[in-house]
Amino acid sequence: MHAAVVLRLVPDIADDLEISESGNDIDREWVGMKLNEFDDHALEEAVLLKERAGASVTAVALDGDGVDKLLQSAIARGADRVVKITYDELPPLPAAAAVAAILADAIQALGADVVLTGVQTPEDAGGQLAAALGARLGWPHLSAVAGVQPAPDGLIVRQEHSGGYATRVHAAGPVVLGVQSASQPPRYVSGSKLRQAIGVKPEKRAGGEAFAGPVAMVRRLAKPASGGGAAMWKGDADAVADQFVALLRERGLLKG
Amino acid sequence: MATILVYVETRGGAVQPIAFELLAAARSLAAPAGWTVEALVCAADPAAPAVEITAADCVLTMAHPALSPYLPEAHAAALQAVVDERQPDVVLFGYTTAGLDLAPATAGRTGRTLAAYCRTLALDGGALTASAQVYGGKLIAGIEAPLPAVACVMPGAFAEDAGRIAGSPERIVLPAPATLGALKTRVLEELFPEAGGVDLTQASRILCVGRGIGEAAKIAGAAEVAELLGAELAGSRPVIDAGWMPKARQVGKSGTKVRPKLYVAVGVSGAPEHLEGMAKSDLIVAINSDARAPIFGAAHFGAAIDLFDLLPALADRLRAG
Ligand SMILES: Cc1cc2nc3c(=O)[nH]c(=O)nc-3n(C[C@H](O)[C@H](O)[C@H](O)COP(=O)(O)OP(=O)(O)OC[C@H]3O[C@@H](n4cnc5c(N)ncnc54)[C@H](O)[C@@H]3O)c2cc1C
Repeated sequence: MHAAVVLRLVPDIADDLEISESGNDIDREWVGMKLNEFDDHALEEAVLLKERAGASVTAVALDGDGVDKLLQSAIARGADRVVKITYDELPPLPAAAAVAAILADAIQALGADVVLTGVQTPEDAGGQLAAALGARLGWPHLSAVAGVQPAPDGLIVRQEHSGGYATRVHAAGPVVLGVQSASQPPRYVSGSKLRQAIGVKPEKRAGGEAFAGPVAMVRRLAKPASGGGAAMWKGDADAVADQFVALLRERGLLKG
Repeated sequence: MATILVYVETRGGAVQPIAFELLAAARSLAAPAGWTVEALVCAADPAAPAVEITAADCVLTMAHPALSPYLPEAHAAALQAVVDERQPDVVLFGYTTAGLDLAPATAGRTGRTLAAYCRTLALDGGALTASAQVYGGKLIAGIEAPLPAVACVMPGAFAEDAGRIAGSPERIVLPAPATLGALKTRVLEELFPEAGGVDLTQASRILCVGRGIGEAAKIAGAAEVAELLGAELAGSRPVIDAGWMPKARQVGKSGTKVRPKLYVAVGVSGAPEHLEGMAKSDLIVAINSDARAPIFGAAHFGAAIDLFDLLPALADRLRAG
């Protein structure tokens, strides 16, 4: 089994996000970038497949600032090989189909038979990558994946729906998985492993031709209209606690 | 004539509520433009759920054993066949697990543009325009998707009433494509939530802990306040994924949807997937150190304060009675 994991750097949404002058992107100059949370789970699940079923794991990322370090950390986590994919240009918050077009050939050329990536990113307004990659590769896909187990004749994938309902799905051939959570929380990597991985230079491969079809474009970004929203309590913890308890008393919500 | 196709999600033979919201969305788009609305029910036995759909001009059904329980590969193949044949101008999905699977798949396989996380939809010349929630709800993206287009719509964005109005739609049975006989995936088992554990839907007060709590050991402080409030303890998804609380205590899109008298959220950012599970609570109080956290947009009262300062102060007062 050869698992390719697609990793993406995304803005840290805990930061203040400012809108760029162009109006259709965030100002990326100062915002912190981090590994997409769900991609982190996808990487963990891939490494678990390596440990449980001897899969080889290749971590793949679109080339860009910070990508070497991202891929080196994937090596420290257990990836066998890291590849960055070069491409000409993508608009802000690009369509999933455009990203899939860049990645699909390279993934096929690597000989991967399972692709794992995060179920979504905070900025994939143009659609989620896993299903778009499945469509591009002509492979089945599953989103909202919460655990993958090797089976003698393929993989058994747990797909989560709402309200605690889930299904276990058997996949016999190549498949793309949009991972929501790994079978176990992503592992911690020691500083020494990270330092070792710094010596690794990611391979470079050219991405596929740019997507030819029409795509949706983000024309502008805006802060949500304010209004409605919470009445904010001011003051220190004691002052807030007093107002909180007063509210509960007023509403008859104190216990007993 | 131009058409909007609504994908109707079913589970266990029943139409899921999101389908009615999508029908409402489709009608609001179609009416001013004079377009027609078609609804598509794909299941092993679609007849019963299809009867529930009255707010469309036409209800299409496709029956095949591989279509129930829901299997993404089967539904993607069914949709591809229907969309290629009927060429709808707009296809609508809900932002659910099926929507995550099928909106990009349908767009990719039928050469349509795609707008995800839509809260509003409009037709503007040759394009579908949408406002979409991005960056955990911190920003709204204005998207322009040239027609024909696919849109994935946020639950709660459209009131379902208009999707439930009475009518007598035309009913058409569609043949299942041959591709459904050659699938590479199959459902082995359906898993239902365990009975007997905590049932958050029955709780009148809930205190929900988010990732801001930092580590498992810190949950005890929140549990004590929950106890003093007479509230059930709940967690956001990352808290559950980290193994700090059992799954039955997860609130949100992939957890339990709740509507208690009191919902206290501490260290929860208020991502759309979390809000989907609790925004209808009677009284929501949010505690978060980031004054810009989206949870404050959904809460009735809040404080931008460190939860580790507030919880002990609150516990003291509640203990004193
Ligand atoms: C298909 C799908 C389904 C999902 N289903 C669910 C679901 O059912 N439920 C769910 O919750 N999520 C769900 N999610 C995940 C969701 O997108 C968010 O990732 C998640 O809700 C974030 O959880 P959080 O608010 O606890 O964490 P974060 O977003 O990390 O927020 C933590 C917050 O804590 C605050 N904080 C930090 N330290 C402190 C402090 N000392 N005092 C006060 N505040 C502090 C921070 O300011 C921040 O706002 C789903 C996602 C997908 C893709």
